[in-house]
Amino acid sequence: MSGAGFAPVAQQYLLEARQMQALSLAVHIPLVCFGIAFPALVLVAEWRHLRTGDPVYREIARRWSKTMLTLFAVGVVTGTILSFELGMLWPGFMASFSDVFGLGFALEGFSFFLEAIFVGIYVYGWDRLSPRRHFLAGIPVAIAGLSGSLFVIAVNGWMNHPGGFRLVGGQAVDVHPWSALFGNSYFWHELVHMYFAGFIVTGFLVAGYYAWGSARGRWGRYERTALTIALSAAALAAPAQVVIGDWAARTIAKEQPVKLAALEGLSETTRGAPLHVLGWFDGKDVKYGIGIPKLLSILAFHDPSARVRGLDSVPAADRPPVNVVRFAFQTMVGIGTALALLGLLYVYVRLRRRRLPDSRWFYRAVVAAGPLAVVALIAGWVTTEVGRQPWVVYRVMRTEQAVTGAGGIPIGYGALACIYLVLAVAVFWALRRLARISLETEDAR
Amino acid sequence: MLADVPVAMIIVGLAAYVVLAGADFGAGFWTLAAGRGAQADEIREFCRHAMGPVWEANHVWLIFVFVVCWTAYPVAFASIASTLAIPLFIAAVGIILRGSAYALRGVVAAGRALDRVFALSSMLTPFALGTVVGGIASGRVPVGNAGGDEITSWLNPTSILLGALTVAMCAYLAAVYLAADAARLGEADLMRAFRTRALTSGLLGGAVALAGLLVVRTDAPPIWHGLTSGAGLVALAVSALGGVGTIALVGRRRFEPARASGALAVAAIIAGWAIAQRPFLLPGLTTAEAAADPAILVALLVGAAFGTLVLAPSLALLFGLVLRGTLDEGPAAPAPPARAPAHPAFLPRRAVVALAASCGLMTLGFLVLAEPAWAHALGVASLCACVVSSYALVTGEAPGEPDP
Ligand code: HDD
Ligand code: HEM
Ligand code: HEM
Repeated sequence: MSGAGFAPVAQQYLLEARQMQALSLAVHIPLVCFGIAFPALVLVAEWRHLRTGDPVYREIARRWSKTMLTLFAVGVVTGTILSFELGMLWPGFMASFSDVFGLGFALEGFSFFLEAIFVGIYVYGWDRLSPRRHFLAGIPVAIAGLSGSLFVIAVNGWMNHPGGFRLVGGQAVDVHPWSALFGNSYFWHELVHMYFAGFIVTGFLVAGYYAWGSARGRWGRYERTALTIALSAAALAAPAQVVIGDWAARTIAKEQPVKLAALEGLSETTRGAPLHVLGWFDGKDVKYGIGIPKLLSILAFHDPSARVRGLDSVPAADRPPVNVVRFAFQTMVGIGTALALLGLLYVYVRLRRRRLPDSRWFYRAVVAAGPLAVVALIAGWVTTEVGRQPWVVYRVMRTEQAVTGAGGIPIGYGALACIYLVLAVAVFWALRRLARISLETEDAR
Repeated sequence: MLADVPVAMIIVGLAAYVVLAGADFGAGFWTLAAGRGAQADEIREFCRHAMGPVWEANHVWLIFVFVVCWTAYPVAFASIASTLAIPLFIAAVGIILRGSAYALRGVVAAGRALDRVFALSSMLTPFALGTVVGGIASGRVPVGNAGGDEITSWLNPTSILLGALTVAMCAYLAAVYLAADAARLGEADLMRAFRTRALTSGLLGGAVALAGLLVVRTDAPPIWHGLTSGAGLVALAVSALGGVGTIALVGRRRFEPARASGALAVAAIIAGWAIAQRPFLLPGLTTAEAAADPAILVALLVGAAFGTLVLAPSLALLFGLVLRGTLDEGPAAPAPPARAPAHPAFLPRRAVVALAASCGLMTLGFLVLAEPAWAHALGVASLCACVVSSYALVTGEAPGEPDP
C-alpha cells in the first residue's frame, strides 16, 4: 500500500530543506560519538579501579560519567528533531519507504530505551549500588552505543543500497524487512567506520581537554591518567580507520561507482585510472592536482589496469555535485592520515619509552586533533550523503520527489539554526564551568 | 486484524508517554507556578530532583510512537507530519530547549533564565502535541503531501482545547507524583503543597475536559458520536471515574493508588479516542488501507516482542530503584575503601604483543587484500582484537609513573 495517493509536490526551497537536514545531522552526529565511545571509556576507568583499587581511576570514571549524562541528554533531543524532520521535510520518502526500513528504527527505539535506562542507573547510582553492580549497570550503556549505531546505519545503508523489495508502479511491494536492512552488503563498512569514528572523536576531544590543561599547569597524576585512557583509544582507532576507510572505498567502487567517480573527479570511464590529490574539478578534469598514475585502479580493485567507471556512465542529471563531494572526501582523508600519524607516534612512545610524550608540540597537536576529528566526521557524512545525490534512495527515488510541499522551510531552518547556535554557546560554557567546578572541589580536598 | 495491532502499540506508547513524560513536563510547569519565597525555592528544587534518573527513558516513548506510526502506516504518518509541520516543529523546539535547559542545570547552579526556559518549554511541547492530536481527531489532516491547511489544521477549537487539556493533565499528574514522592521522603510541607496543587489542577483539568466534550460535539462530530456510544462510552466512563477517583484518593492522601488511577484516567481517554475514530486513521483512510505490507507488520511485532523482552525487566529495575529511593540524591554511602593488591595481568606481556601483531597481520590479509564477505567479517574481528590488545599494552603501566 505504501506511497498510494501521495504525489510529489513542487518545492521551491528544496536546497534549504536539505541544508536543514544536514545541519541537524551535523549537530547530532558529533554528540552521538560520545554516546558510542564515552561509556566504554568510562567503563575502562572503572574496571581499572575495581582491579587495582586505585582511587584515581574511580574519580575519572565519576567525573566523566557526569559529562556523559549531559551530552547524552543533548544527543537525545537533537536526535528527536531528526526523527521529526524525517516526516516534516521528507514526507514523500516516508510515505513510500518508511515501512521498508521502519523496523530498523523500531529496534533502534528499544536500544535507546536501554541506553536511557541504564545511563540513569549508572550515573545516579554511584555510591548507591555496590561497586560490582554499578559496573555491570554500565555495560548495557556501552552495548547500546553499538546497537544504536547499528540500527540507524542499517537504515542509511539501505538508502545507499536499497534492496529487499520490488518496485511496482513506483510503490514498494513484496517487502522483506529483515533482509532489506541486515542482508545488505553495503552497511557493514559504514557501521565499523562510524563506530571507530566515535572513538576517534571522543578520544581526541577528551584528551585534547587535558592536553590544553597541561599547558596551563594542570598536569597531575589525575590528568595524565585520564589523558592516557582517552588518547590511547583514539590513537589506536585512527590508524585502524585508514584500513576501514580503504575497505569503504572498495565497497563503493563496487556498489556506487558514480559516487567513487565523484570522489576522484573521474569524468570518463578509464582503464588504469590515476588518483588525484588536491586540485579542483572543472567539469572534465582535475586541475592543479597531483596525479598518481594507476593508483585509483590499484586501490579500488587491486589491479593496476582495472577499469574504473567515470561520471560519463550516467546522464548528467544523475551525477552528484563533484567538487563538494571531492572536497569533503579529501578533507576527511587528509585529516584521517594526519590523525593516524599522530596516533602512531603516541603508540610508539608509549610502547618503546614506556612513558607519555613530552614535547610541547605533541600536546598542541592533540588539542587540535579533537576539532579536526569532528571536521573529518562531518566531511565523511557529506561524502556519503551528498555523494548519493540526486537520489534519496539510491537509483529509486530522487530527493525532489521526497520533499514536503509545505511552505515556511526557510523560517524553520533559520529558527533551528539560531537555536543550535545559542545551544552550542551554552553547552560550551557549561562544560567549562563543569571542569572548573570539579577542579575547585579537587583543590578544596 | 493484523492491521489494527500497531494502533494498539501506538495507544500504549502514547499513554505511557503522557503518563510518564507528561509528569516530567508538569514538574516543569510547577517550577514556573511556584511563586516566590523560601517555600517556592524548595518546591522548584524538589520538582527538578524528582525528574532525575528517569527523564531520558520517559522521553523515548515519543520516539517509539513515531516509529511505530511510520513503519505501520507510512502514508498516514507522512500526511500528518507534512500538514502539521508547524505544531510539530514547535513541539520539537520545546523539546530541544527543555532538554538542554535540564542538561545544563544538572551542570551549573540554577540560573533564573534557565529556569524560565525550562518551565515555558515544558508547557509549549505538551500544548503543541495536544493540538496535533486535535487536528487529527477533528479530521483536518487529509491524505497527501501537506494536503491540509497549514494553520487551521492545528489552530482550531478542538486543537486548542486539547492543547490546554494536555497541559492541565501534565500539571495534574506531576502534582500527584510529586506529592507521593514527598510523602515517601517524609517531607510533610512539600506533600501538603503538592496535594493542594493536585486538587486544584485536577478540578481544573476536569472542567477543561467537560468543556472539551462540548467543543468536540460541534467541531468533531464523529469523535463525539464514538465517545458517547458503545465501547467509546465505556472508555469515557472509565476515564471519568479514574479522574474523580484520583481526586478523592489525593484528598485522602492515598498517593500511591492515586498515581495508578490517574494513569488509568489518561490511558482510558486515549483509548477512547482511538475507538471513536475507528476504523479511520485520516478522513477516508482506514487502518486496513493505511497499513503496510503484512510482512512488515509481522516483522515489527517480532521486533517489538524481542525489544519488550529486554525492555520490561530493565524498566522494572529502573522504576524499582527509583521508587525505593535508591537513586535519590542526598548523603550517600561512603566511598568504598581502596582495595589494596593489584590483580595480576590476565596474560603475560609477550603473549599480548604476539596477539596484537598476529591480529594486525590477519587484518591486512582478510580486510585489505581478500574480497569475499566472510573474509571481511574475519578481518573486522581481527582488527577489533588487534586494537583491544594493543590498547591493553598502550595503557598498560600506570601512566607517567616514572615521572620526569
Ligand atoms: C573521525 C572520522 C573519520 C576519519 C578519520 C576518516 N573517516 Fe571516512 N567517514 C567517516 C569518518 C571518518 C564517517 C563516519 O563520517 C563516514 C560517513 C559514512 C560512513 O560510513 O562513515 C565516512 C565515510 C567514508 C567513505 C564513504 C563511504 C560511503 O559512502 O559509504 C569513504 C570512502 C571513507 N570514509 C574513506 C576514508 C579514508 C580512506 C580515511 C582515512 C584516511 C577515512 N575515511 C578517515
Ligand atoms: C544514519 C542516518 C543518516 C546519516 C548519518 C546522515 C547524514 C547526513 C549528513 C552528514 C548530511 C550532510 C550533507 C550536506 O552537508 O549536504 C546529510 C544530508 C542529507 N541527508 Fe542524510 N543521513 C542519514 C539519513 C538520512 C535520512 C533518513 C534522510 C531522509 C530522507 C536523509 C536525507 C538527507 C538529505 C536530503 C540530505 C541533504 C543532501 C544534500 O544537501 O545534498 N539522510 N545526511
Ligand atoms: C550516524 C548516524 C547516527 C548515529 C551513529 C546515531 C546514534 C545515536 C545514539 C548513540 C544515540 C543515543 C543518544 C546519545 O548517545 O547521545 C542517538 C539518539 C537519537 N538518535 Fe541518532 N544516530 C544517528 C543518526 C540519527 C538519525 C538519522 C536519526 C533520525 C532520523 C536519529 C534519531 C535519533 C533519536 C530520535 C535519538 C534519541 C533517542 C532517545 O530518545 O534516547 N539518529 N543516536
